[in-house]
Amino acid sequence: MSEEREKVIPGEILETGEDWLPGEGTRREGKNIVASKFGLKEVQSRLVKIIPLSGVYIPRRGNLVIGVITDINFSGWNLDINAPYTSFLPLVECPRFFNKEDLAEYFDIGDMVVCKVKAVKRKGVDLSLKSIGLGKIDDGMIIYINSNKVPRVIGKEGSMIKIIKDATKCEIVVGQNGVVWIKGNKAEDEMLAKETILFITSKSFVSGLTDKVQEWLKEKLKEKK
Amino acid sequence: MMISNLTKKRVHDYLLEGKRENRGLLDYREIEIETGISKNAEGSARVKVGNTQVVAGIKLDVTEPYTDHEDEGTLITTLELLPLSSPRFEAGPPKIEAIEMARIVDREIRESKFIDFKKLCIKKGEKVWGIFLDIFSINDDGNLLDAAGIAAVAALRDAKMPKYDEKEDRVKYGELTSKNMPLNKETPIILTFHKIGNKIFIDPGQEEEEASEGRISFGFLNGDINACQKGNDAPLELKELSEILDIADKKAKEMSEKIEKIIEKALKAREDKK
Amino acid sequence: MQNKINMAYTKRFDGRKFDETREMKAEIGIIPNADGSAMFAFGDTVAIAAVYGPKIMHPQHAQDPKRGTLRVVYDMLSFSVPERKKPGPSRRSQEISKVTEWALSPVVNLDEFPNTVVDVQIMIFQANASTRCAGINAAALALAHAGVPMNDLVSSVSVGKIDETIVADVIKEEEDYEEGEGATDIATAFTSNSGKLTLLQLDGKISAKKLNEAVEKARDACKEIYELQKKTLKEAKE
Repeated sequence: MSEEREKVIPGEILETGEDWLPGEGTRREGKNIVASKFGLKEVQSRLVKIIPLSGVYIPRRGNLVIGVITDINFSGWNLDINAPYTSFLPLVECPRFFNKEDLAEYFDIGDMVVCKVKAVKRKGVDLSLKSIGLGKIDDGMIIYINSNKVPRVIGKEGSMIKIIKDATKCEIVVGQNGVVWIKGNKAEDEMLAKETILFITSKSFVSGLTDKVQEWLKEKLKEKK
Repeated sequence: MMISNLTKKRVHDYLLEGKRENRGLLDYREIEIETGISKNAEGSARVKVGNTQVVAGIKLDVTEPYTDHEDEGTLITTLELLPLSSPRFEAGPPKIEAIEMARIVDREIRESKFIDFKKLCIKKGEKVWGIFLDIFSINDDGNLLDAAGIAAVAALRDAKMPKYDEKEDRVKYGELTSKNMPLNKETPIILTFHKIGNKIFIDPGQEEEEASEGRISFGFLNGDINACQKGNDAPLELKELSEILDIADKKAKEMSEKIEKIIEKALKAREDKK
Repeated sequence: MQNKINMAYTKRFDGRKFDETREMKAEIGIIPNADGSAMFAFGDTVAIAAVYGPKIMHPQHAQDPKRGTLRVVYDMLSFSVPERKKPGPSRRSQEISKVTEWALSPVVNLDEFPNTVVDVQIMIFQANASTRCAGINAAALALAHAGVPMNDLVSSVSVGKIDETIVADVIKEEEDYEEGEGATDIATAFTSNSGKLTLLQLDGKISAKKLNEAVEKARDACKEIYELQKKTLKEAKE
């Protein structure tokens, strides 16, 4: 399925005709729908869009992201969420029991936090902690992957990430921004989870990837014994 | 993205346990060497250590010798950490990181007597060959210094002397003789040892290098140490130094033999291509 | 003699046809740390380019609140040329950096990234004339590889008038030609599909009519270059 998608380059004509609608990564030029980015061409009934293979993470409302605290002021924290936008987590977007005066007691500079994107405005991104499962990360390791490969790492309805979690017995949170948190009981388990994820990102546009990953993991686990 | 405290701590924990992905604390990543990568240079090389990549080039010119070494050629070594090799390098003149690396490489080449400077004399007191050794980072994934050392040696081994027109007093660039750069047949090598807690490790990747607490580099030629540089703040206990020296002795022999073989292969591949 | 019918430069030094470029090579993804990277070569002239960004621009006062900024730096490795070039940017490389930026910015669209910068670093590995053209071709590939929004690619080539003969993809020997009218070296760049001129520089001696002719030849040569750039992007494994 993925292999049938065509790689297209900026400026390339994707479709011609008034009926077509320009989706993300494309634009209309006269009669033509033209690519505005390097990526895979995807057609969904009358919509033509580009699935990017590369490029910075573009935050969207509702995304789960993992970020680093870079600054603290009186009303909240600034984070680096691996995107070219300033991101802010206001105190008001934190659970009710956050009422200390010294914000650094909750999150200090350099701490990693799992949060949600509440709003994306021209002047920056607003983050929120008001959801279950969000908060500071205390332990484990962080790896950075191409954010465009995140859907492949998670898999359809989480199928791929579940395979990795089961095989390595690690807790894993994949941020939409390409930041991944892994925590296992042993260093070897965490390293295997990391290796598996990197394996997936190097091969993401191959069909039958789920099976290939399962086989690969079986081999790796056998090697260890 | 900013390296978080978490990552630093994790890398720190792994190394303290003696664990590393796919290799031991005293193992190098895969080393690849290619020589003759830039035709206008009298000698050149590209070295990859894992994903770290550096290139080195030799340019020669005829110049006046120093007054206290009237019958010896000269060597000037520069190293640039190019912005294209990492988001952490900014444009501008070399900063202390690059300057230190260049000086360590230069010191090892000089003190090991790898280059026979006397053979670079053309006319005593008047004309000698001046060597410019320029090293550039192409991709930084840690351990640039050791990689730079390998690239410098490979480029020097690759170098051939250009023709020199004595009457017109100019070098005929582009016209190389078959004469090699006069070099010692042993291979100098720079090995940098890092420490975290009480664990010693070598050839760090980018994250490991950032987690490292202290480092000490040694330049070896044939079992002798010609140069040494301790860097970063962590103080070293004498017994730690002892331990490192022990490891360094063995490692230097192993690595210089290994690198010599890879350089030979690269030089031969270049010959075969011609 | 009133009419000079004989053209002194009838056969090129390397035997190429007048409108033939040197053998070209291109590759993307050569610098793992970069967001996008590429190599482009015209024969012995080899350029590499790395793109970092879009990322928040520092210092803050340089930021453009309406759109992102494209920043280009072109330079040469000291040993890329026969006579060593002292490391560090020269006036020549600063000028080339600027015209390269002007050549690429018409196709780069940073409206959705205010206050950011996209850094393009070009390094010449090996030089045999036409280095800025190789640099632009590598940079265009690297920008696309980095996923930077672009309307089109940019393709660049040099053309020359060697005595009276118009040739495509000039080499150093041709640049140094001194017989007859000598050598006029012309650097060009075009948006790949719409064919708009984004770079034009020359030095030498040429009539307006001949310059027009030369630029049209350049446009033709750029079509071939575009095909290679397209192929390189489409066939790259990730």
